[in-house]
Amino acid sequence: MEKIKEFFRTFLLVELLKGMALTGRYMFARKITVQFPDEKTPQGYRFRGLHAQRRYPNGEERCIGCKLCEAVCPALAIKIEVAEREDGTRRTTQYDIDLTKCIFCGFCEESCPVDAIVETRIFEYHGENRGDLYYTKPMLLAVGEKHEAQIAKDRASDAKYR
Amino acid sequence: MSFFDAVFYLFAIITTLAATGVIIARNPVHAALFLVLAFCSAAGLWMLLEAEFLAITLVLVYVGAVMVLFLFVVMMLDINLVKLREGFWRWFPFGAGIAGLMVFEMVWVLGSRQTSESSKAVLHAANYSNTKELGRLLYTQYVYPFELAAVVLLVAMVAAIALTLRRRAGVKSQNVSEQVKVKKADRLRVVKMPSESRADGK
Amino acid sequence: MMEWLEPIQKMLGPAWLPIWTLLKIVVIVLPLMGAVAYLTLAERKVIGWMQIRIGPNRVGYFGLLQPLADGLKLLMKEIIVPSGANKFLFIIAPILTLMPALAVWAVVPFNAELVVANVNAGLLYVLAMASLGVYGVIIAGWASNSKYAFLGSLRSAAQIVSYEIAMGFALVTVLMAAQSLNLGDIVRGQQGTHGLLNWYFIPLFPMFVVYFISGVAETNRAPFDVAEGESEIVAGFHVEYSGMAFALFFLGEYANMILVSFLTSIMFLGGWLSPLPFLPDGILWMFIKVAFVLFLFLWFRATFPRYRYDQLMRLGWKVFIPVSLIWVVVVGVWMQTSYWLW
Repeated sequence: MEKIKEFFRTFLLVELLKGMALTGRYMFARKITVQFPDEKTPQGYRFRGLHAQRRYPNGEERCIGCKLCEAVCPALAIKIEVAEREDGTRRTTQYDIDLTKCIFCGFCEESCPVDAIVETRIFEYHGENRGDLYYTKPMLLAVGEKHEAQIAKDRASDAKYR
Repeated sequence: MSFFDAVFYLFAIITTLAATGVIIARNPVHAALFLVLAFCSAAGLWMLLEAEFLAITLVLVYVGAVMVLFLFVVMMLDINLVKLREGFWRWFPFGAGIAGLMVFEMVWVLGSRQTSESSKAVLHAANYSNTKELGRLLYTQYVYPFELAAVVLLVAMVAAIALTLRRRAGVKSQNVSEQVKVKKADRLRVVKMPSESRADGK
Repeated sequence: MMEWLEPIQKMLGPAWLPIWTLLKIVVIVLPLMGAVAYLTLAERKVIGWMQIRIGPNRVGYFGLLQPLADGLKLLMKEIIVPSGANKFLFIIAPILTLMPALAVWAVVPFNAELVVANVNAGLLYVLAMASLGVYGVIIAGWASNSKYAFLGSLRSAAQIVSYEIAMGFALVTVLMAAQSLNLGDIVRGQQGTHGLLNWYFIPLFPMFVVYFISGVAETNRAPFDVAEGESEIVAGFHVEYSGMAFALFFLGEYANMILVSFLTSIMFLGGWLSPLPFLPDGILWMFIKVAFVLFLFLWFRATFPRYRYDQLMRLGWKVFIPVSLIWVVVVGVWMQTSYWLW
């Protein structure tokens, strides 16, 4: 008896029809797509997007060339060259991040003793040529200058958990 | 020359060229594809004779099924052409003899007055159905030969399967029917239990 | 009909017939290509909706220009021929896939009068042309000189050849019921006073299911798209194709889908006949039925996971062929009794 029931169940495609009923129902369900350029999902203050180099309010760059970020970077995306400036401080002469290598883990940001390298909330950047995503020190500083207000606010919100 | 003749000569030329291609093509896959072309244009010729059932069946059976399987086999062959050509001149007289014999037979059969005069294509009315006529003949006048041929084919098919089917010991294979039959209940057990507090009391 | 064409006919003389036939072909093929383009949009939309997404909606209102954008993109792309490939066969393979898919339309009737060639052996012609489609696949796989393409082509060729048999038997029951190989006569055989109860899908219901599922397998659509099998063999027989050559395979696949839908509606769903006896018959019913069957194709793709290859072969050989063989006998016996009402 069980076998006969099973036979009819198989040949009447009951299970397949059940599956189709399910997808058929979902066809009329409310769509949950976020229409990206028009709508955006909320971001947290710990969002890890495009990198930026920060400056102190007096205009001095924060980075002291300790190379901690270069050491910690798991993707080997950071390259730093260091030299002594005329005033005797240690500064970077080259600070490059290859964003095609970067995995946006945030280790550089965490390892930085002076909060110089940070990750911003920007994630819609792009490049049109090969090499456009190889960010050099001036580019990173420019990003930092442009978004300093947002960056500072995000650091402040996160400060109590550090 | 009428349109009809033009089509005939077109198909005839393609058939002949393709048939030549079958034997001179070096690559066996090309040869098989030439054979497909030959079949298709032969089907076109039959179509001109109002034998649409035969023409379409030729395409359906030979082109659609037999040649596909041929191609399957031929494509997977790894052929060493040099080795194949080794015995060419040794066997050439033998092959040429058979070819000559076949040409002679063809000329004898097709060239004689008896066969060629009586085989003029008969034109039929527009509502003539070649399929229906064939079916009527096959199942009335020629029913016994037809059934006999069917049985012979069936025997050959069963024999082919029996020859290739062997059960080797120690072969691990999946039983698909068993796998398909599996239901959710056979594999999955949903356990319902109340939530518990953590052992360390936190 | 068409009295207004007569002056033109007189003017052109004997050239009239080829020109008129060519015109008919163009009139069928152009809308068909349009239908193919918009079927891709419909597919993306429907599957999107079933996955709680919206689907394409950026190019034009409601995404209506998306197929044109896609077509343009594919046209502009370079066709890369692999260095080890057999160039002639590589180029001709996509054409061989599309050609039979278009050739079948010669015998497909849209309504009682609208058909390019009213062939007596129409059903056989359909079968023969459908069986030619496999060559494009095989040749594409072999000519690419790539193991993935080759494996994919072997798979899909084996699949197409196997499902053709079940499909053929399903058609045998139809022609037994209609007692004709002419597609128009098959539709006329479903005419009656009871509307949709007169259609063949009722007495031939198992064959209807077998035919449709075989049709899905024949066109290499999900859940039978092992030929593509992204997770196993990249994209099957057309991995090495790009640009318009790739697009031709796509056109062929979708044209075949539309064709199978047309044939299903003609042979099982009464073609242009109206489902309710008091409504007039017409080409509109044909299109509604075809749209419904096409929707089933998309629904299948949105619902079912891909079959494993050996399971697929088992389904074809061990389930469909026996079932259809049995039903041929059942229909044969049934037709001899007085209970055959169709």
